[in-house]
Amino acid sequence: MSAALVPLPVVVPLLGAALTLILTNRPRLQRLVSVIGLTTTLAVAVALLVEAYRHGPVVVRVGGWPAPVGIVLVADQLAALMLVVSSAVTLCVLLYSIGQGRGETGETAPVSIYHPTYLVLTAGVTNAFLAGDLFNLFVGFEILLAASFVLITLGGTETRIRTGSTYVVVSILSSMIFLAAVGLVYAATGTLNMAQLAGRLDALSPGVRLALQLTLLLAFAIKAAVFPVSAWLPDSYPTAPAPVTAVFAGLLTKVGVYAIIRTETLLFPGGQVSGLLMVVAGLTMVVGILGAAAQSDLKRLFSFTLVSHIGYMIFGVALSSVAGLAGAIFYVVHHITIQTTLFLVAGLVEERAGSTDLRRLGGLARIAPLLAVLFFVPAMNLAGIPPFSGFLGKLGLLQAGVAAGGTLPAVVVGAGALTSLLTLYAASRVWNIAFWRAPRLATARPAVRLPGLMVGATAALVVLGLALTLAAGPLFRVTVDAATDLRQRTPYVRAVLPVDVP
Amino acid sequence: MTRGAAGPTLVLVIAVGVLVATGVTLLLERSLTRILLGVILLGNGVNLLILLGGRSGAAPLVGSAPSAAMSDALPQAMVLTAVVITFGLTAFLLAVAYRSWYLTGDDEVQDDLEDRQIVRLAERNEVSTADLGGEGPDNDPEQVDPEPALRRLRRRGEEP
Repeated sequence: MSAALVPLPVVVPLLGAALTLILTNRPRLQRLVSVIGLTTTLAVAVALLVEAYRHGPVVVRVGGWPAPVGIVLVADQLAALMLVVSSAVTLCVLLYSIGQGRGETGETAPVSIYHPTYLVLTAGVTNAFLAGDLFNLFVGFEILLAASFVLITLGGTETRIRTGSTYVVVSILSSMIFLAAVGLVYAATGTLNMAQLAGRLDALSPGVRLALQLTLLLAFAIKAAVFPVSAWLPDSYPTAPAPVTAVFAGLLTKVGVYAIIRTETLLFPGGQVSGLLMVVAGLTMVVGILGAAAQSDLKRLFSFTLVSHIGYMIFGVALSSVAGLAGAIFYVVHHITIQTTLFLVAGLVEERAGSTDLRRLGGLARIAPLLAVLFFVPAMNLAGIPPFSGFLGKLGLLQAGVAAGGTLPAVVVGAGALTSLLTLYAASRVWNIAFWRAPRLATARPAVRLPGLMVGATAALVVLGLALTLAAGPLFRVTVDAATDLRQRTPYVRAVLPVDVP
Repeated sequence: MTRGAAGPTLVLVIAVGVLVATGVTLLLERSLTRILLGVILLGNGVNLLILLGGRSGAAPLVGSAPSAAMSDALPQAMVLTAVVITFGLTAFLLAVAYRSWYLTGDDEVQDDLEDRQIVRLAERNEVSTADLGGEGPDNDPEQVDPEPALRRLRRRGEEP
């Protein structure tokens, strides 16, 4: 019964995309179909998480072919948790963009293309989370990339084409590296099923194994925007429409992080490159946040904090202990929610004040008090002020780092604490300049009430971020459980291959 | 491909290397059309690489040859998928290049925003003024802090 649920998060958005494409001329019906599709996905994802937590990974063999031959979709706790968060976030962003389309001030985006593409993007993300073999993971990545290309160049204005071309070329290059890695893995082992690879890769000679690992890591690191290969992100994200930037920032880099977690635990356990990953994680944190401190545009600033906080997750993966992995998974969940919220707030600021340039903003706290609250809570959450989930996630990771002992983890723990402080600096700088000083708007237009749906969707995400704080105990239990399963590998491998296949 | 299980011929391996190398060289160009050609060459190189990963032999049709002498069908299936994907992405990149040419008159990839800002500041010989904390209050009497005494005194000293 529950196995029948596994393909739904991929199939429902894809069918929804087809339907919305047919309903191009009926915008109201089109919106209804998208909302119903994503709500269904969210419900299915929650059911899958409960099932995976209670009874272990849920596996479906597509077409009924047994595992090493056919394609499998696997929803273990990690994948199911990612599905729940990603579908909740995509649903909120969809509602926000519907609100923006209705509002008087909204730009005239070609809505007929927006909905099908958005749903295809969702299907790509869920397919990447559920994929049980490397090639299917590649296909998931390509689905979401192709959709994201359309979304990032929406409207085809000059700036979007300029930044979009950078994004497109970098993404294609990382896909080519991934594809080459897939080919080499197949040539070395003769399989691409991840459960079977877990056994076969262990048997390879260490040199070949390391080369394969580094190639895969490079491909995923570009997608996740880890420091030496992160420069494309802050330049390409901010020009897209606000909801598009929000969903990209929340999900696309995290799919890369998810793939890194998978390869580092299931395919290449043992932490052979953990030293390298730790150095890269520390540099990502510090370089990213220094970039954020120097920015004067809200969206660019948040893009840099996005890059910077990817470092925390990589640090957790590099520790490769249960505590580190659990902290990393918790941090992914927290960061998807918070970063998306902040970009949505930036969209609201643009809508209300006419710009996101800090030089042209001021005193928003007096003009729009609710907007100020909507910014303040997630910004403090991102910086890691105690009661919030950002603090809990960072605390978990730093504790895991201290527990690991040694010089390198200690240095990265220091870098993490520094990054947290600098994030607080960047966030309070935005607060002081945009919200606190004398009122100043970039637009001469008389004030329009912000569309209720936009504010409502943003508020819902802020509440979700707060709920993560309140439910941190149970959530940590799930992430620790997921991390234990990841470290053991056997629950995943046994679920996919019940009988031993050499 | 070669006959038997001896592995791919040297010629094909070199072909992969040449395709990838020319692809990467073209990717480093500034014109989108050349980048596009680079992507195509790189894609073909990688696809050929995947094809070399499988066993070569007779056509993989059941009954046409003993199963040990058949070629591995899986890389061929993967390459077909990858070719379709590369084709789609190439078409999109072509559209972007055309749009770029339509809007700006050429298809050159421009410097990014940050680079241009830094160049502009360097030309004017100014320092970056990204931190705006000081210029904030805008004559709002509620929020104007008095100027630090030291700076006030120093300015008074300069004027005469």
